[in-house]
Amino acid sequence: MTKHKNKASQSRSIWFMLLGLLGLGLSITLLLSGTDVVLFNPKGLIAQEELKLILFSVALMLTVAVPTLIILYGFAWEYRESNKKARYDPEARHGKYFVLSMWAIPTVFMLVLASVMWPAAHKLDPKKTIAAEAKPLTIQVVALRWKWLFIYPEQKIATVNYVQVPTNTPVQFELTADEAPMSSFWIPHLGGQLYAMTGHVNRLNLIAEEPGEYPGSTAEINGAGFAGMKFTARASSAEDFDHWVQDIKKSPSVLDNAEYEKLLEPSESNPAAFYSSTDTGLYAKMLMKYMGSHDHQPAKYEAGH
Amino acid sequence: MKELLLGKLSMQALPHEWFTIAGSVTFILLTIFTAIVITRLGRWKWLWNEWLTSVDPKKIGIMYFIVAGFMLVRGGLDAIMIWLQQALSSGASHGYLSADHFQQVFTAHGNIMVFFVAMGFIFGLINYIVPLQIGARDLASPFLNTTGFWLYVGGVIMVNMFFLLGGEYAATGWLAVAPLSGKEFSPGVGVDYWIWSLQISGIGTTMGAINFIMTILKMRAPGMSLWKMPMFTWGSLCSMIMAVTVFPLLTATLFLMFFDRYLGMHFFTTGSGGNPMMYTNLIWMWGHPEVYILMLPALGVFSEIVSTFSRKRIASYTTNVLGMIGVSAFALSVWLHHFFTMGAGANVNAFFGVMTMFIAIPTAVIFFTWIATMYKGRIRFTTPMLWFLGFVAIFTIGGLTGVLLAVPPADFQLHNSLFLVAHFHSNVIGGVLFGIFAGISYWFPKFAGFRLNERIGRYAFWCWVVGFCMSFIPMYILGLMGATRRLDHYDSATGWQPFYVLMLLGGLVICAGVALQVVQIIASIMQKKHLTDTSGDPWDGRSMEWATASPPPAYNFNVIPQISTRDAFWEMKQQGLPKRTFEDIHMPKNTALGIYLSAFAFIAGFGFVWEIVWLVVVSLLGILICVIARTFNEDSEYTITAAEVEKLEKARMKRDHVKQSHKDSDMDDDMGLIDFVKIVVTGALDIIRNKKWRTW
Repeated sequence: MTKHKNKASQSRSIWFMLLGLLGLGLSITLLLSGTDVVLFNPKGLIAQEELKLILFSVALMLTVAVPTLIILYGFAWEYRESNKKARYDPEARHGKYFVLSMWAIPTVFMLVLASVMWPAAHKLDPKKTIAAEAKPLTIQVVALRWKWLFIYPEQKIATVNYVQVPTNTPVQFELTADEAPMSSFWIPHLGGQLYAMTGHVNRLNLIAEEPGEYPGSTAEINGAGFAGMKFTARASSAEDFDHWVQDIKKSPSVLDNAEYEKLLEPSESNPAAFYSSTDTGLYAKMLMKYMGSHDHQPAKYEAGH
Repeated sequence: MKELLLGKLSMQALPHEWFTIAGSVTFILLTIFTAIVITRLGRWKWLWNEWLTSVDPKKIGIMYFIVAGFMLVRGGLDAIMIWLQQALSSGASHGYLSADHFQQVFTAHGNIMVFFVAMGFIFGLINYIVPLQIGARDLASPFLNTTGFWLYVGGVIMVNMFFLLGGEYAATGWLAVAPLSGKEFSPGVGVDYWIWSLQISGIGTTMGAINFIMTILKMRAPGMSLWKMPMFTWGSLCSMIMAVTVFPLLTATLFLMFFDRYLGMHFFTTGSGGNPMMYTNLIWMWGHPEVYILMLPALGVFSEIVSTFSRKRIASYTTNVLGMIGVSAFALSVWLHHFFTMGAGANVNAFFGVMTMFIAIPTAVIFFTWIATMYKGRIRFTTPMLWFLGFVAIFTIGGLTGVLLAVPPADFQLHNSLFLVAHFHSNVIGGVLFGIFAGISYWFPKFAGFRLNERIGRYAFWCWVVGFCMSFIPMYILGLMGATRRLDHYDSATGWQPFYVLMLLGGLVICAGVALQVVQIIASIMQKKHLTDTSGDPWDGRSMEWATASPPPAYNFNVIPQISTRDAFWEMKQQGLPKRTFEDIHMPKNTALGIYLSAFAFIAGFGFVWEIVWLVVVSLLGILICVIARTFNEDSEYTITAAEVEKLEKARMKRDHVKQSHKDSDMDDDMGLIDFVKIVVTGALDIIRNKKWRTW
């Protein structure tokens, strides 16, 4: 009697579990409708390639993980104590080929993954410039407490918490920070993130292929204003971009030393701001600031690189 | 003058915000309550002599469990606070916590769960089980062990001290990355509490690790070669070797950070020759192996459980052990995968990516040995086995996403997102915590002399699994939606809120699981008679810990067993147990020096936090005196004669005989939840009706 009850309750909990998972899956699908699952919705070459790599890796690993799990749970069920039909053999031995295959299977899978990953890591190295017909655009990005400053050295304009780029044009973001902790510059629609650090330039190459407005933020915690340190990245046609630059050039505000000092003050959730002109030496100056009195450290950065 | 006497300490340090006041009041009330209870029971002397000053690894193990259990509740509360804030704080609403306070909560959550819950439980298990498994009577250095434990307690108190004095904890994330944790960006005492809490408990861990390596290498029973050691002992050995390798690194890094903050040095600042990237490297060179330090003993626990409950020896023991050794070897060379996004070159990133993938190989191999063990086994679905089956699915997801994160370009998109957070929670909850729960329910009969209530244990297990899925599947999805971790606020247009709410609900289900685990222990104590196990071997076990009584006597074994095979106890049972004999036993004496020593270490840390120089000097001198006093103490052992042992053993046998072992006790007779509630309610009603409290 009790034994019977036990078995029933065992399979009952499994059914509950499956039903629950189904319910959870359904409700998640429902919640997902109408939202933007950003990583599955790439808007540029880099994000696309990164997504492909994610999907490939997951698929490859699932081909070994799913059968393993099925076998494991299958054995657990088949060899349960109450199943008198299953053979019990405590002396069961495993041949050397079995042991060999235990090592060989994961090794082969990991070697396949590694051999795909190695070239991909080089191809998608953030500092590698993207080959395209259009002339590349350089944007200097500065993480401040707690806002993003964008300087367009060629256009000689600057923006805060807003960046506009032309579509199908490779963009090189030159990331640094000033008087701010390590931050991480991330526009998930366009591609992966990279750290912005004081006294150091990290180059992140991205390209936007579809026009639109994409959210960007810092992914690395950097203090009280962390959650509000967001910006909008707008991608539009080359003509539209040129118009926009012309518009900004008419803006009354100018990014000079005094204005920059103001930006250095900590502030949270700043709205977008636009500057019609900027001091071209500003970026190099903020890098030099951290070179300190140590003469043996040469300046690593030349403007307009 | 005041500065000389009190350093930075002032009236302002007293609690004046709701959470610090609440924390302090809870802290003080709990202390007063415990003190009253102990005084009423007249147990102070007993507590001091039998427990606090004990050098018995079994008692220290139990004390680890108790402290870690409390910390699990404390860290769990933090988790609920985090999820509640995130569920509320969308769009116009900014939740109920300030950004700064929110950041302190998740920092504390991370530190407490890793250092004081996971490490505490793992050290508790190692303390209790390893000496029994290797057939030893105590540890290589019992004094080092008690000191390590009390330093851990010092760390626990230090991490909670900010409630009472200072009012702020580090708001930097659990690893306090530079330069955010530097004086410039974190001027308060929060980071200092972080430094000294980790420093004190970290030194304790190093001591414990040295001790266990010595114990396992030098104190095994005769005949037990390394290749005959049980899997849990192997996992512990690998883990402790890694701890000895990397914990000094943590200690050194924390000292450098301390020099930066206190003496104005420039190790981790930008400029003046410093480099924060150095900190990131150093902390992860410790931080990554740390996860495996927790994981390896858990893998060992699961190997023991699968083997015992499949009634088979572990399939391909050598492979299983080589797997654990392989994991620990690779674990030391993967740290850079935590910051692919810092801008190292493609070659560096790809190299560490490959190393990380390779670590999946030995892990997968260990999985395969479990499958092969179950093949043609006779599997009993006890709660330890259920925890194992839950672990397998969750840990596979965690491992799979881990390998995914080892692909640098994929990591660029997933790093610092909630996907990453979900990944490591799959591993530390599904792997480490489930391993701990499995281990505790497996060895509980050994600790207590009766097994745990299976039925309520099953309910607790299902709550954990369901709660985990509800919390962490949405978390993975949020990561894919581009949600970064540690957000105290987000736009409502993102559509993230329902997922955060789902996470909170899952968290509440997990809380129900924890509550059920507490109920399980209480119900088991109430049903003690029914659950009693006098054989010392309730599961038909295989390794030496089951050969002795439950709970084992202070000296573990009457006679040190002679080992000739793997699964030594199983083989002994097949061939007939050796005859009972008795011999003189030398045991270490209890000592309170460990308590004094770590009290001084704690006070020194406190003095450093508040920059009270004289206090630091005095307590460092105190530590020195304690150490010297110990070295001059030559009377640190006592002897139990063979006759006394025989008397003790006979008394125990008589006691056990009276208890009547329920050999055929059916697990379905275990009290259910409804029975438990009924008993509690009738008990409470009885007390109220008959005004029983008057007699107290």
